[in-house]
Amino acid sequence: MHPFAYVAPKTVDEAVAVLEKHGERARPIAGGTDLLVQARGGRFDLDAVVDIKKIPELVSIKNDDSGLEFGAAVPCYQLYENPELSAEYPGLMDAASLIGGIQIQSRAGLGGNLCNSTPSGDGICPLIVHYGTAVIAGPSGRRELPVEDFCTGPGRNDLKQGEMLVSLKFPKPSSTFGAAYERFIPRNEMDIAVAGVAASVELDSGGNIAKARVALCAVGPTPILAEAAGAALVGKSADDEAAIEAAGAAAAEAASPISDMRGTVEQRKHLVDVLTKRMVKKAVERARS
Amino acid sequence: MVSTFEPKSDYKVIGTRPIRHDGLDKVTGRAVYGADIKLPGLLWAVVVRSPHAHALVKSVDTSAAEAMDGVYAVMTGADIPKHDDKVVDLGEGATNLKWAADNIMADEKVVYQGHAVAAVAATDRYLAEVAADAIKVEYEVLPNATNVRDALAPDAPVILEDLVGDDLGEEVRNTNMASHFRHEFGDVEGGFAKADHVLEREYSMQMVHQGYIEPHNATAIWDQEDRIKIWTSTQGAFPVRTQTAGILQMPESRLKVTPLEIGGGFGGKIPIYLEPICAILSKKSGGRPVKGIMERKSVFEASGPAPGGVLTVKLGATNDGKLVAAETDMKLEAGGYPGAAVGAAAMCVFSCYDIPNTRIDGWDVVVNKPKSAAYRAPGSPQAAYAMESAVDELCEQAGFDKMQFRVDNAAKEGTRRGDGVIFPRIGMEEVLEATKATDHWKSDIGEPSKPGNKRGRGIASGYWFNVGLKSSVNLALNNDGTVELVEGSTDIGGTRASISMQAAEVLGIAAEDVRPTVVDTDTVGYTDVTGGSRTTYATGYAAWKAANSMVEELTKRAALLWDIDEDGVQFEDGVFSSKADSELQISFKDLAGKLNDTGGPVNTTGSVDLEAAGGAFGTHICDLEIDPDTGKTDVVRYTVIQDVGKAIHPSYVEGQLQGGAAQGIGWALNEEYFMNDAGSMTNSSYLDYRMPTSLDLPEIETEIVEVPNPIHPFGVRGVGEVPICPPIPAVANAIEDALGVRIYETPMNAGRIIAALEENGD
Repeated sequence: MHPFAYVAPKTVDEAVAVLEKHGERARPIAGGTDLLVQARGGRFDLDAVVDIKKIPELVSIKNDDSGLEFGAAVPCYQLYENPELSAEYPGLMDAASLIGGIQIQSRAGLGGNLCNSTPSGDGICPLIVHYGTAVIAGPSGRRELPVEDFCTGPGRNDLKQGEMLVSLKFPKPSSTFGAAYERFIPRNEMDIAVAGVAASVELDSGGNIAKARVALCAVGPTPILAEAAGAALVGKSADDEAAIEAAGAAAAEAASPISDMRGTVEQRKHLVDVLTKRMVKKAVERARS
Repeated sequence: MVSTFEPKSDYKVIGTRPIRHDGLDKVTGRAVYGADIKLPGLLWAVVVRSPHAHALVKSVDTSAAEAMDGVYAVMTGADIPKHDDKVVDLGEGATNLKWAADNIMADEKVVYQGHAVAAVAATDRYLAEVAADAIKVEYEVLPNATNVRDALAPDAPVILEDLVGDDLGEEVRNTNMASHFRHEFGDVEGGFAKADHVLEREYSMQMVHQGYIEPHNATAIWDQEDRIKIWTSTQGAFPVRTQTAGILQMPESRLKVTPLEIGGGFGGKIPIYLEPICAILSKKSGGRPVKGIMERKSVFEASGPAPGGVLTVKLGATNDGKLVAAETDMKLEAGGYPGAAVGAAAMCVFSCYDIPNTRIDGWDVVVNKPKSAAYRAPGSPQAAYAMESAVDELCEQAGFDKMQFRVDNAAKEGTRRGDGVIFPRIGMEEVLEATKATDHWKSDIGEPSKPGNKRGRGIASGYWFNVGLKSSVNLALNNDGTVELVEGSTDIGGTRASISMQAAEVLGIAAEDVRPTVVDTDTVGYTDVTGGSRTTYATGYAAWKAANSMVEELTKRAALLWDIDEDGVQFEDGVFSSKADSELQISFKDLAGKLNDTGGPVNTTGSVDLEAAGGAFGTHICDLEIDPDTGKTDVVRYTVIQDVGKAIHPSYVEGQLQGGAAQGIGWALNEEYFMNDAGSMTNSSYLDYRMPTSLDLPEIETEIVEVPNPIHPFGVRGVGEVPICPPIPAVANAIEDALGVRIYETPMNAGRIIAALEENGD
């Protein structure tokens, strides 16, 4: 590892300018819980780290009638310690409270988890089932991208040279919305998902499922929005076991895992089926409460 | 001549729980570990390691690294002295010096991924890393064999061309089989013919690592007088001296090894890795101190894990529940050079039972993995997994009660161990009786915490023979009656306390009045490794001898003070007194203040070379809760019952029992070297090498059984190794109890549980 510069810009434009100048040899740093480990492990060489925590927009949380928007550098604990957010965005809370221990949660955030773009990122699927949008700034201005389109491969994403994630936006959930995320890990903590599933439902006045999303992690090169799994639930009663079974099967079908030291193809598809059914039921339970 | 001792029960210090002498330094961060060493002009060493599991080293180009500013020395395998095929004992059993040297740094051939091929020393760690990257190694990659099945296949690549295998006394060439031996007694075929129930099963195991938190480290100075100083965290400073001197072809007396505090060893810090490298780099850099610390990846890939392997067990029992014959074949992975712990496995495999007819076959098989090393009862956990799983399944098959069967067949005094040794007084029966008396055994397993989950209970036993060997202790009496205790045993589990307590008991003073120090190889007599569960036993014995010598000397001083014959002086409860005149009394402490009037300083030594030890047995009870949909397994209750002979410091005994169980549970459920087809370990980090964390284990309950070892002054048996033997089969047996499926391969992880259930049609 070579020595590298530390830059702490006060505005998004300054940060973008540094990133554009150095290209891949500069990286934004928020918590640094992935970045520093990767740099030390020789994954990439750095000329500069760009500390984005001094930019007010990147560390702020805005929650009003139109929805929620939080900066890319907001650490996990600031989400789950906010009772208002906890009630409205249960899927995000599941992710924010299970990533790492308290020390990690005090540094790491969901924005960094998304930008790290690993297939097993626990924070990404919950963003997808909450209909999240990534707000991106770059040399040619700002653009928005649905979270499900953000990751393009293991450790790769749609950010172009000089671009950075500014914030994540979510529509305000209805009072009959529920979401949940769970991953399978062999241990109880300090582990990486063998498979993970996030699900969300919105119930109509008759108690049927009006909208549903299922997203899968660690079972493909990117997090996967399993649209057929969601579609299997829409229009069905929230207690329709056959529909939930169908969603599980559709999710397992959508998964395209590999066999590695964390699990086999068969095990991961099996887990996606099991977890999808569990998460749909948990989302329904939360939608009703 | 082995002395025997009568057990006592009225100890003042033994059996109490004083605060450990090294505790404050550890909790305040003052304790000095290997990574803490800082010396003027210190250079950093970084080792270049093979990315290939099996390859010829065609060339090593170090020119670019040598040309860098701040790089002081570069070395390759060619800088390690050349050795003939010569078998020596370097402190961890017989070793071929050529292979021991090749394992430190390969010259012509690498035999595992991570094998060292070159090293640099530079002014700082990052520069050394950059320089190491600049060393170009050209390899010719060879086909690899990373497990015993592949390595013994007819078309297997031959890993060590000069290996001459020993197949039941026959020489074999062009083989990966280093040895195949057999222990047999009784009439095995006749025994099986008499059996009403026969069961034969095969078990596969993956290599596992001890998982100590502190990586290997060494700092060395090779000065202009050809004297070498080494600082390292190790389980034995003297074995480091012997091994390093052997590899460097130096007289041992020219080396001084200073052991530092150790952040875990479990057997893995007996071999050396960085010591000769840092020494050679120091010499090449003009005598500058050179320090090296392994990265975690290298600790996994290039230190000494415990072998995996393939084991079969065949058991025969009569209808009345008596074992009449047993047979086993155990093939264990040595790693890149011979030396799997299969000999020890053979000493343990049937040892919990009294079986009249047994045959044990053991195979030491070279594979393209790091050379295996000791890990807590080396070989015994593997043997226990096979044996105790088979016993359980035999009981299921024949309808025997699993506890009663173990009681009915328990090894006892006079039982002949599978390798021929006749057991002296042992405690297997007492352990089983104590197991039945535990609250855990008498309690119901309880309801699952979630609907759909299943619970199961398993029991299993294990054995370790323990060793004695050589230890030295020096005592010096201060004028306030406190005692300096100097020892050569590095302290990996509270032995400073347990050894001091044995001295204090003899001297009639408090444990806190003895101040123990672990010293370098120049400062105390030869002492073998802290391993084999020998330290509290053998170094404690040496302390007992030194303390008795001190009492003897002080008896003379009291006699001198009172001008009476020394035969007329007695010592009891820390007080010297005249047998004839009860007015003449002086406490140990008061007499210590009068040394200058009675002949000066009192320093005594004790040294031992103990051939025998005291074998020990344990039985574990494991309750699991399993989610059959995901295979997620949680240990919900766990109890360790073990005969320890005599618990000198019960807290540290309990800690050993709990720690051994924790490691065994990890081995059972999740730990493994996950190898890809190229022969690379793909999970060489603590993220993916899944050891249990504190959140994965319940409070492990302990039940100490004390059947005194008659050949130790206080009845001590070894403690630390037995507790890793029963957990793997206890978990396997609990899984079977919960789900009705048995798993014949470790780790018994969630994926294997799901697969077994599906195979079973569940």
